[in-house]
Amino acid sequence: MMQMTGAELIVRLLERQGIRTIAGIPGGAILPLYDALSGSDIIRHVLARHEQGAGFMAQGMARVSGRPEVCFASSGPGATNLVTAIADARLDSIPMVAITGQVPLSMIGTDAFQEVDIYGMTVPITKHNFLVRSATELLEVIPQAFRIAMSGRPGPVLIDVPKDVQNQLVSFEAYPEPAVPDPVPALDMVAIETAAKMIDEAERPVLYLGGGVVHSGASRLAVTLAEQAGLPTTMTLMALGTMPVDHPLSIGMLGMHAARYTNFVLEESDLLICVGARFDDRAIGKAAQFCPNAQIIHIDIDPAELHKIKTAHVAINGDVATVLAALLPRVKQSLRKRWLSHVDSLKSRFPMVMPGRDDPRAHYGLVHAVAAALDDEAVIATDVGQHQMWVAQAYPFRRPRQWLTSGGLGTMGFGVPAAIGAALSEPDRTVVCFTGDGSFKMNIQELATLAEEGLNVKIVLMNNNSLGLVYQQQNLFYGKRVFASKYRGEPDFVKIAEGFGIAAVDLDSSPNPRATLAQALQSRGPCLIHASISREEFVYPMVPPGAANTEMIGG
Amino acid sequence: MIEQVAEPLQQQGFAKVVLELEVNNHPGVMSHICNLFARRAFNVEGILCMPMSDTSRSRIWLLVFEDQRLEQMVLQVEKLVDVLSVRRHGAEHEVFERLEKYFH
Repeated sequence: MMQMTGAELIVRLLERQGIRTIAGIPGGAILPLYDALSGSDIIRHVLARHEQGAGFMAQGMARVSGRPEVCFASSGPGATNLVTAIADARLDSIPMVAITGQVPLSMIGTDAFQEVDIYGMTVPITKHNFLVRSATELLEVIPQAFRIAMSGRPGPVLIDVPKDVQNQLVSFEAYPEPAVPDPVPALDMVAIETAAKMIDEAERPVLYLGGGVVHSGASRLAVTLAEQAGLPTTMTLMALGTMPVDHPLSIGMLGMHAARYTNFVLEESDLLICVGARFDDRAIGKAAQFCPNAQIIHIDIDPAELHKIKTAHVAINGDVATVLAALLPRVKQSLRKRWLSHVDSLKSRFPMVMPGRDDPRAHYGLVHAVAAALDDEAVIATDVGQHQMWVAQAYPFRRPRQWLTSGGLGTMGFGVPAAIGAALSEPDRTVVCFTGDGSFKMNIQELATLAEEGLNVKIVLMNNNSLGLVYQQQNLFYGKRVFASKYRGEPDFVKIAEGFGIAAVDLDSSPNPRATLAQALQSRGPCLIHASISREEFVYPMVPPGAANTEMIGG
Repeated sequence: MIEQVAEPLQQQGFAKVVLELEVNNHPGVMSHICNLFARRAFNVEGILCMPMSDTSRSRIWLLVFEDQRLEQMVLQVEKLVDVLSVRRHGAEHEVFERLEKYFH
């Protein structure tokens, strides 16, 4: 018979689950758990400077490892500060377990100090959530939370633990087994046979890969399918890296900021094979006009995604890797010369245009210069905005989990803490965080965490002193009525970084920006790399929000 | 440029459907379920919930309109961890009819 407090039990169960690093911030209602954590020789705690930062650090760890990772926050404002990071994990299907302190059970509902109903608040943004009412429940809740976070379509789970439950003594015979994912759904062989036949018979098929391919570890299978059946392959923002961008069958990212030819290829396709993607509006534009002549095969682990936006002719509910493995031996080898040569001709007529790609001080050129100084082992994180789209368009992604970006929620402030998380999980890699000045300021306090941990994170700041995508949309779609998108003040980011104890270089004043950049990327430890970008540089091409993907502006 | 926003659907013309849910019985289950319907402005005409003889479970009866979003609604409900099963019945199911006298 073992006896311990609820807090100690949580720590032991996390250790047994394989958790080695937790990001968080303590506060009154979670102090018993922190007290127990201080006794752990196995788990290292990383003290964030804002709970949202802690949430994104956990996400960064989870995004590079594929395993659920953990963040801690106290009750009230600590918990509400986690909300954005949880919602972000939900929309990008990132496995995460958030544990929050809560006021004691007897005080719940009394408007106690730092009490909020975080359980109620996180109902729509978690995969599942728990309010633990006794320490004994933890024996079930903790493994359940991990099982839910990593099973099927991954996602965030929140566990709210009142302070008295953390202090309560619990006796039990044996620890529960660490959670493992649920078995994947059974294969629908009839649908798979039909899909194989449709692929064989199609004349202008396109393979459309989504983030599910990353989560399922299926990128190699997806590339094999493309090669075997001669499928031009497009990727969503979340799937970048699943097929190397320089693969002859890659037609790059689709959607709002795709190359023109990519959207034209999709327009002409007669069969769309959607794998682990969800027909997001930023990817497909106006749904009714997306791939108007195509039949659809949709493979997804989440049955609610099938037929949600577009009705599929063949819908296969299953784990992407398992389904692709079953599909491969049933699909004929095909060179598909005519279609692929047509795709090539579209590509040469409507290519991705990248002005200034050889100038390391220009936006595309800077992305290319960073890529040229690194190999595929580097992890590339971004914030949200113009810089994010430029990196998505221009960076040569060649492996899954190389690319960390906030896709579904589009959270400015994601980049720096997610990059810190990635570096915590894989300290030997160089982690680059491309950011913009708007996003950077949204979690700039995490520079303190970064300096403290001394991680190998390079922040490439593309500074146009504005909310660039807002400025762009106001110019393009709101009669040039620029409002609330240009900053009047101009912080000195180099000084700010140095003030936090982080080395900084400024490409603006460097006589040889390419060399300065390469040196900054290659020396170990955190560094800010500052580069001014003209405010008048826009992300092109652009599909106006709500328009069909073929109605692109610019590029 | 106006983004696409779904118009709230007029549900009155549609047939009614009775959904029978078996769920884990603990505080919070109702909020998970009601949230899904409320978020999508999917009107729930009637709702009934009682513990089953095995008190670890409850049965929830929902009276809803069968508009074209119902399939997606049911799929979303089935995804909830605390929802163990969802069964569909036609409007002729008597569970709500027998309660009508309490609402006049």
